[in-house]
Amino acid sequence: MPTAPLTEPLDRPAPSPSRIGFLVSSPILLAAGICLTLVVISAIAAPWLSPHDPLQLTPALRLKPSSADFPLGTDAYGRDLLSRILYGGRISLLIGVGAAVISVAAGLAIGLVAGFFKWVDAVIMRIMDGLMAIPAILLGITVIFLSGASVKSVLIAIVIPEIPRVVRLVRSVVLSAREEPYVEAAVAIGSSLPKILWRHLMPNTFPPLIVQGTYICASAILTEAILSFLGAGISPEIPTWGNIMAEGRAVFQVKPSLIFWPGLLLSVTILSINLIGDATRDALDPRMKRRQEAP
Amino acid sequence: MFGYLVRRVLASIPVMGVVALFVFMLLRLTPGDPAAIIAGDLATPEQLERIRASLGLNAPLPEQFLTWILKILHGDLGVSLISNVPVLTMIGQRLEPTISIALATIVLAIIIAVPLGVIAAWRHGTWIDRFVMGLSVMGFSVPVFVVGYMLVQIFAIDLRWLPVQGFRSISKGVGPFVERALLPTLALSFIYIALIARMTRASMLDVLGEDYVRTARAKGLAETSVLLKHALRNAAVPVITVIGTGFGLLISGVVVTESVFNLPGIGRLTVDAVLARDYPVIQGVTLLTSALYVAINLAIDVAYTFLDPRIRY
Repeated sequence: MPTAPLTEPLDRPAPSPSRIGFLVSSPILLAAGICLTLVVISAIAAPWLSPHDPLQLTPALRLKPSSADFPLGTDAYGRDLLSRILYGGRISLLIGVGAAVISVAAGLAIGLVAGFFKWVDAVIMRIMDGLMAIPAILLGITVIFLSGASVKSVLIAIVIPEIPRVVRLVRSVVLSAREEPYVEAAVAIGSSLPKILWRHLMPNTFPPLIVQGTYICASAILTEAILSFLGAGISPEIPTWGNIMAEGRAVFQVKPSLIFWPGLLLSVTILSINLIGDATRDALDPRMKRRQEAP
Repeated sequence: MFGYLVRRVLASIPVMGVVALFVFMLLRLTPGDPAAIIAGDLATPEQLERIRASLGLNAPLPEQFLTWILKILHGDLGVSLISNVPVLTMIGQRLEPTISIALATIVLAIIIAVPLGVIAAWRHGTWIDRFVMGLSVMGFSVPVFVVGYMLVQIFAIDLRWLPVQGFRSISKGVGPFVERALLPTLALSFIYIALIARMTRASMLDVLGEDYVRTARAKGLAETSVLLKHALRNAAVPVITVIGTGFGLLISGVVVTESVFNLPGIGRLTVDAVLARDYPVIQGVTLLTSALYVAINLAIDVAYTFLDPRIRY
């Protein structure tokens, strides 16, 4: 009768210690890296790669199938689908990276304070519990309803529910690091408080934060697409993957590719980021490998 | 035990307070005249005045909050700006599709995901494990509307086995109900399966390394008995927790799924309210689902103390 191995199986190559070495150790990861690179390049180079103006309406060419001129065909307004998808990637990546950076920065600041000062901890954590109780999509819909459909309000809407998760993570790291002898020593020799937080406690939070940041990036891209898809995201004039799919809903039975292509790109992008996040986590903290928790 | 229950229930009150205060402040903190934000650009002065009066926007902020929260505590979530129907009534009319899809999803996800997670942990490191983990990453990455439209394309348009969209109340016959609820449930359960399978696997891996599992094996128990009786029972707590914390994910999924399959549920109500600029409905749904989130997680926390004798506070 086989028993579950208590340690990692030996036949699996250990992650290479070099920074990007772990990417090469697995073909799936390599594929994820290549996919993500391609998406990033095509988003940056969208103005040069696009065969047409993504906003140009050509009523005579509505819902055309793919042709040499329009590689993926046209949408219900005669706009080139390929160009729109290329430009749409820009918004998705902007939102993903922007949301990750803002939530990590804000969550880090709040979490450091909450973890170090017991008297504010209770208050901050109750507020964070409250924010986490509001379903992210509904919070997003409410914020965008009130402040208008712009990239800025979508970012705010996505960041608010993500911050509590970062705060919890940072706080837990600080709580355990605070008891370490080197922090006690720093307190004992009279280091200033900002210095203790900055020099001694904050670096401990970086490995888990890098991982959390990639997950936030992936989920922000997803949330933006969902909000746009529901008609509660970035204004419909701007091509985003969610918006293209939202417009494709009405003509889904006639031209499913309006949902298929942006959906495929969206899925591949998020999948690649998640896989890279998982691999980064394993490489940065092998102990966490056994307890792979949901992002 | 009783003391713990009381403390746990009391602790959820400030959380709900924060939710209420935050939702209240969202409208007031948004730059611009709240009445104009709600009514949109085309509102007449009379409409603006009517909204100001109905929301009590002319009073000072603390007073506004007090009257607002008292009304909510009395079950008054306000009145729709479009139809003048109380928001609570509107939500009540839309409950059936949402609740049936959500419940079916949770049940289906548990039936599929728990065995997957157990097998993955049992065969840790083999292709089955990698398959389950791969499936789980996919579940987190492929958006529910992409899954939904794929299912519609395959089963409704190409194979013509099931209707494309719509909802039929279960009171009008089980057959038509199941026919229409099947695809939305499948689409929605994808991410939930990912979540539960991943957590079951992680929790089982922890437990399978425990001494009592080795003891159970050493005394010659059948492997199924070791896995199910000794390991899974002890691994259950984090799995049940994730079902509770995943409720937010479920709500997001329901909102999208209802749009894809055109189900007249709470999600559709919210999205329609965005298009119609009906703020009281959006606010009511947000408050109610948040309260439900707090209540579900409270119930799960309390359930542990009965399910798991080791947990005593």
